[in-house]
Amino acid sequence: MTATAPRAAPLPGRLPSGREVVESISTPARRPERHKARRVVGRVLVIASLSLVTLLFVYPFVWLLSASFKPRSQIFDNRLVPETFTLQNYVTVWQEAPVALWLVNTLVVTALAAVSVTVSSALVAWGFAYFRFRGRGVLFGLVLATMMLPGAVTMIPTYLIWDAVGLVNTQVPLWAGGLFGSAFYVFLLRQFFLGLPREVFEAARMDGANNWTIFWRMALPMCKPAIVLTLLFEVQAAWTNLIGPLIYLRDEALYTIPLGLKILLDRFVGSGNFQWEIVVTASVITTLPMVLLFFLGQRYFVDGVQTGGSPR
Amino acid sequence: MSAVGAERPPSTPADLRALGPRLLRRGGGADRPPLRPGQRRARRRAVLAALAFMSPWIIGFLVFTAWPIGYSLYLSLTDYDVINAPTFVGLDNYVRLVNDPDVRLALGNTVVFTLLQVPTYVVLAFALALLLDKAGRSTGFFRTAFFLPRMTPPVAVGVLVLLLLNGQNGLLNVALGWFGIDGPNWTTDSFWIKPGLVLMSLWTVGGSVLIMLAALRNVPSELLDAAKVDGAGFWRRTWHVTTPLVSGPLFFLVVVNTIGALQTFTEAYTAYFGSTGGYGNDAALFYAIYLFQQAFQFFNMGYASALAWLLFLVVLAITAVQLVVSRKLVYYEGDR
Repeated sequence: MTATAPRAAPLPGRLPSGREVVESISTPARRPERHKARRVVGRVLVIASLSLVTLLFVYPFVWLLSASFKPRSQIFDNRLVPETFTLQNYVTVWQEAPVALWLVNTLVVTALAAVSVTVSSALVAWGFAYFRFRGRGVLFGLVLATMMLPGAVTMIPTYLIWDAVGLVNTQVPLWAGGLFGSAFYVFLLRQFFLGLPREVFEAARMDGANNWTIFWRMALPMCKPAIVLTLLFEVQAAWTNLIGPLIYLRDEALYTIPLGLKILLDRFVGSGNFQWEIVVTASVITTLPMVLLFFLGQRYFVDGVQTGGSPR
Repeated sequence: MSAVGAERPPSTPADLRALGPRLLRRGGGADRPPLRPGQRRARRRAVLAALAFMSPWIIGFLVFTAWPIGYSLYLSLTDYDVINAPTFVGLDNYVRLVNDPDVRLALGNTVVFTLLQVPTYVVLAFALALLLDKAGRSTGFFRTAFFLPRMTPPVAVGVLVLLLLNGQNGLLNVALGWFGIDGPNWTTDSFWIKPGLVLMSLWTVGGSVLIMLAALRNVPSELLDAAKVDGAGFWRRTWHVTTPLVSGPLFFLVVVNTIGALQTFTEAYTAYFGSTGGYGNDAALFYAIYLFQQAFQFFNMGYASALAWLLFLVVLAITAVQLVVSRKLVYYEGDR
């Protein structure tokens, strides 16, 4: 049954790739030589400026990475290849702070957040996409409306809820909210679900499949790209979250990497006792996993943004 | 999961407006034939199943949205320090808020930052998307490179602000030096802090570039070709043909970025405010930071709730103004 699954369910309202458009523009249809020359020059200029911009975008990474291998005195020398190559900064960071523990904490929180928010949002999205009943439009409008509410309004009562159940200074508040789905992902996944062929599910129903089987064994596997996209978005959001840990965590042993980095910054730079190499190296440790993830999930990320996934 | 800085991108009225008709049309049709009893039972079962699937969201909505909205409104009328029970103080918090010079400072900072950030960000996104579009098909490498900074955690971006914009040996001033420009002290000079933060935020423009690129690729080439035949050059075609056709997505970016900029937190907090205190800078005291401090450093939960509602009103008002203005400026296909 899943063999019929479309590889990437087309989103309703999804923009066409535009490939034909581009071809029809750039295919030269017998033009005078002068125009051709201008075209080539124009293209070279475009590629050159894109390369320049790319350099600007990538340079800070490379700078950070290379600085993390320099001794303190050379951090600001702006050389790309360290004059003196050292791994000492990583050793120092490891000794100064429980970075390994923070990494594990972040991994656990991120994994729990990503899995719970994806599964629950998919459930809700399926509820909206598959079943037809009166009031569905209004209810979905409510889902969308919650996306517009600034987080600041609900932040304090949410904190008080977790405080009341004794879960402040634990990592639970950092991921448990995900169990209840997230409007943004519900919206995203619903779009994908709506693109699936209904007849397939009706046929399965005739063959005796129940709602759960249809959702779990059929719809979900058919939407694998959207599921992966949701996971990736949430992994990124959870991994980089600062304000959550800042609000909920007190014990250094519970910290996640962004909060740990912030604390190191306070300790080694904010205090006036400048040890930039520690902060630089910790930044690299915070960033690298995300960059790796990006290269692994690149296809989903870039496509996801273009199909109206994340505007940021 | 809630956060002051819009960690998860919100959708916007513009987005909804564009999608509205399609979303709503899919609801149950009004003109159904009358039901047989068996059908009615099946339908009731379908509704129950749907509610079962939606139950996580329904519970979450009640516990983490509906109740917090009500409670936050109530708290804004009280004095509450978390330890002692809230005491009702009426509108005191709102009176205090109007007279609080720090609120004025934080709000002013935030508005100035937003006014600087949003136009630069959107124009840059548009320009880079045009460039990518011009480059034709093989843009995979560039798209990836542009998106890469988005994967840098905002805390690390805050660190980069301090490192690269640092007045003495920061990379930016070194680069400006090559052109004989004596760069300002981006991280300590009150006047230059906001431009500096804007500059760093431009680094993460990649996501918006991809959205604009998708919009540009959707522009029908016949229109551009027709304009070309009529003798319109690249700039005229871009201004008179392309821009109106992508004004919807462009407006979407303006609204989303405005909402995001008004709630700026992480980068500025990382760079300029410490748990140890000491290196705060008034010029970087943004509204969300002030709110956070009131709530979670001084535990003035009542006052902070009032602050949250003011922020909500400001966001709402600005979005509403943008919507009204957009009605004149934005062209929606199939909206005639």
